[in-house]
Amino acid sequence: MIVTSSLIIWKALICVTGSESPVVVVLSESMEPGFQRGDILFLHMSKDPIRAGEIVVFNIDGRDIPIVHRVIKVHERKNTGEVDVLTKGDNNPGDDRLLYAKGQVWLHRHHIMGRSVGFLPYVGWVTIIMTEKPIIKYILIGALGLLVISSRD
Amino acid sequence: MHSFGYRANALFTFSVTALAFICAIASLSDNFSDQNPSAEIQILNINRFKKQSYENDEVSLTLDITADLQSLFTWNTKQVFAFVAAEYETPKNSLNQVSLWDAIIPDKEHAKFRIQTSNKYRFIDQGHNLRGKEFNLTLHWHVMPKTGKMFADKIVMPGYSLPDAYK
Repeated sequence: MIVTSSLIIWKALICVTGSESPVVVVLSESMEPGFQRGDILFLHMSKDPIRAGEIVVFNIDGRDIPIVHRVIKVHERKNTGEVDVLTKGDNNPGDDRLLYAKGQVWLHRHHIMGRSVGFLPYVGWVTIIMTEKPIIKYILIGALGLLVISSRD
Repeated sequence: MHSFGYRANALFTFSVTALAFICAIASLSDNFSDQNPSAEIQILNINRFKKQSYENDEVSLTLDITADLQSLFTWNTKQVFAFVAAEYETPKNSLNQVSLWDAIIPDKEHAKFRIQTSNKYRFIDQGHNLRGKEFNLTLHWHVMPKTGKMFADKIVMPGYSLPDAYK
């Protein structure tokens, strides 16, 4: 029941929000106290220009975990509409230049995967526990399998 | 149909659905609150205005910020993130937004404040366009809920300008 409905909701979210991964789990404390480890964020990507204050999720070349931080500086070019963006975690003392790739000073639109528009607390802990202690994942899948096998109808 | 497995599964599905429903209602309730925040910013002093040794203009200034954001807090609000950004146009860039100061307001009592501060983040242009530049100071706020949709808005205060010469 719940597995199929989760799958349907997940696919629908991907369509509605126009983003590859419409939901992300917060993994670090760099946006506390607003976002704690284990919260999940709903993302949306629209063609609207990036503006200061938005909370964006971006990828850095060479790192595979996306980062969720706030935009603090924007410089948008008149002729091309391209944009230079600087981000910072609310709880970090300095901006994200230390996190960017070597020699990279600004983020550009293609680095950004989505904007955070909504949020649910605590629900992401399931994902964190399953990633950090894979044994729990195996126990869960084993138990689900047993349930399917042992049901009679 | 009455085995433990089926009952546990049905109970779990029901409780998750009910919880999701409650979160959605909590978030919806935020749309009905009446909001009228207010703010005023004065530039107290331009501390330094110079050209960095290789490229860009940089300004350091002291701001006096007064704001009343108490009406933004609802029962579903966890915190309000407020920041002040300077916004201006240059020949090359249609928009530049530089955040000068920000703060996390954890509750309603702290939402009415007045502070004097120099800019937390460096105000650096891409180029040498800041002499005599007119700019807006905008107070933005981002309401972060306990659960659900986040809201953001701003007050734009135009009419600030920088000196015509470096100092």
